[in-house]
Amino acid sequence: MDGENMLEIKQLSVAVGDKEILHDVNLSIKAGETHVLFGPNGSGKTTLLMAIMGSPKYQVTRGSIIFKGKDIVGLPMDERARLGIGMAVQRPPVIRGVKTRDMVAACTRGETSKETVDRIAGKANLAELMDREINYGFSGGEIKRSELVQLLAQNPDLALLDEPESGVDLVNIALIGELIRELLQKECPIRDRSHAGLIITHTGHILDYVNARTGYVLIDGRIVCEGGGDPHEILATIKSKDYEECRKCTRK
Amino acid sequence: MHKKIESSKSSVDKARAALSKRASLGEDIDLEKYTQSAEELPYQDAPSQLPDETREQMMRAGITLGDDSQRSGTIIQMDHSVIHSLARQEGIEVMGTNQALEKYNWLSNYFWKAVAVDSDKYTAHVELNQSNGYFIRALPGSKTLYPVQACLYLAKSNLAQNVHNIIIAEEGSELHIITGCTTAPREEPGLHLGVSEFYIKRGAKVSFTMIHNWTPEIEVRPRTGIIVEEDGVFLSNYVIMKPVRSLQTNPMARCVGDNAIARFNSILIAPPGSTMDLGSQVILDGKGARTEIIARAITTGGNIISRGYIEGNAPEVRGHLECRGLILQGGGTIHAIPELRGMLAGIDLSHEAAVGKIAEEEVEYLMMRGLTPDEATATIVRGFLRIDIEGLPPELNLELQRAVEVSQKDIM
Ligand SMILES: Nc1ncnc2c1ncn2[C@@H]1O[C@H](COP(=O)(O)OP(=O)(O)OP(=O)(O)O)[C@@H](O)[C@H]1O
Ligand SMILES: [Mg+2]
Repeated sequence: MDGENMLEIKQLSVAVGDKEILHDVNLSIKAGETHVLFGPNGSGKTTLLMAIMGSPKYQVTRGSIIFKGKDIVGLPMDERARLGIGMAVQRPPVIRGVKTRDMVAACTRGETSKETVDRIAGKANLAELMDREINYGFSGGEIKRSELVQLLAQNPDLALLDEPESGVDLVNIALIGELIRELLQKECPIRDRSHAGLIITHTGHILDYVNARTGYVLIDGRIVCEGGGDPHEILATIKSKDYEECRKCTRK
Repeated sequence: MHKKIESSKSSVDKARAALSKRASLGEDIDLEKYTQSAEELPYQDAPSQLPDETREQMMRAGITLGDDSQRSGTIIQMDHSVIHSLARQEGIEVMGTNQALEKYNWLSNYFWKAVAVDSDKYTAHVELNQSNGYFIRALPGSKTLYPVQACLYLAKSNLAQNVHNIIIAEEGSELHIITGCTTAPREEPGLHLGVSEFYIKRGAKVSFTMIHNWTPEIEVRPRTGIIVEEDGVFLSNYVIMKPVRSLQTNPMARCVGDNAIARFNSILIAPPGSTMDLGSQVILDGKGARTEIIARAITTGGNIISRGYIEGNAPEVRGHLECRGLILQGGGTIHAIPELRGMLAGIDLSHEAAVGKIAEEEVEYLMMRGLTPDEATATIVRGFLRIDIEGLPPELNLELQRAVEVSQKDIM
């Protein structure tokens, strides 16, 4: 995909119900790249990922979402999944009677062997959860790992990760970091990577594991800052001067 | 002998007095509109020779006739006649109720002890017009290797089938039963009145898996009572996924002995035109007795009332009631009525009930993983109907899940 954008979002506005949440968002991601999204609670980060994934609650009111050269606005979620978009959800629902194993099997569309599924589950230290009802009584950290196991089984080209490390203890962050590295093919040289990622993070801990090259700050539904290079710098600014500084930054 | 005549005389009197007593639940059925008599049907040495369409209907109710090596016994009643009965295992008795009454003169003592003869006009009607039913008994300490299967088949149009079943698990025995109730595959009226009385003696265990496979014009009024003695276990699994004009039943288990256990699992799917009023009642009279009542109800346009009642009358009893309803298509209703009644401190009774449509969020979650909307819905419904039944032999559990899945395909 040399030089071409895998994902290109142009002048995107998104509404939930009657309320417009995102305004005129632009961003693009190439294969092999990982971008991170910062922003205060309620600023619209999850909304952006859900709009890319295609949840019908999030209505695109303006603009386009181009994935692999095709405008996907209007495509149902399952078609987007089959095109190669996957998402780790911030607060996934419980589905009674449906086991984690069933979810993982759904992700592979029956194409992956039980051994592979068990290997991925073992790696995520999730073996015991495979025969439990999905998300039922899962701890915060277990939810994060289960989401990643499902994504690894699905193996999407574009991984949308909504706060994959929040509420996760230090030991498990390392594990989650490893899983995300696998998902984003971080062991391959960059030019051989076909996968890309967009990660929401508050803490930035995940930056220690993935080499992100662009960071955005989303405030009140607008991207107020786009920083090429190391997103750690954006994080440092947010930490020392909070989001107010970012807000001012656009006003200059 | 003298005693028997006396007791049956008084139950006949009581039945006569109750002949016009309406049931407290369910639409009133006019018994006059049904035919009471049916021709005597010939005995079948090899029920696998029955016509294909008959066997097909039986199969949909969980009855297998070709290879019954996985069954400890079989009894088939068609209309009023027991056309086949066979026990394949030592210590297990399987026969028509009339034959059993001839064989054991003590058996009448088991009549109308778990169900009152004057409960309503239907019990009264069965007492006065009884046409067989099945008798299944496990002798002390005997354990079925495979389930016993019992089939009640309504062949004649507009017939009232009035059966009285007696199930006895003697001390320390273990009995697994599959009952299939079904009709000829025609849309003609019929009435099924079934009285079933279960006696689970000390330390015995009975699992009773019943699949109802009716047709849209049939009316059904089962009347069931269960008495569970000390350390006894009764496990009921009830499945109805096919149309029925009107079904009302509210079996009652009395856990009279200490540490007795009763569990009810029910799966109901009501298509348009079906009315199902199904409950389970458990009275915990023995110290430390326990119960669990679980119901899963789905309407695709029919009406369901799902009842549950637990009464705790002894120390250290525990009970839980769970009713979940799913409205797949508009036009139907699900009315969950869970009730708990505690009479003492130190008992532990709880319930949870939820009725709703499939959560959009769950469908989306599955679609996000690549399932189509239909696949997502089917997955959620399958999960909804999946109940892992504690205490049921694994093969039987599998058989039950399979039966559920087959019917499930029909509704999707
Ligand atoms: N389904 C919804 N109905 C109503 N409002 C919604 C809905 N989804 C999102 N919103 C609103 O949109 C705004 C953005 O929400 P979003 O979940 O995108 O925030 P976020 O940046 O992910 O926040 P957080 O950091 O807390 O996860 C919030 O004000 C939220 O209340
Ligand atoms: Mg969020």
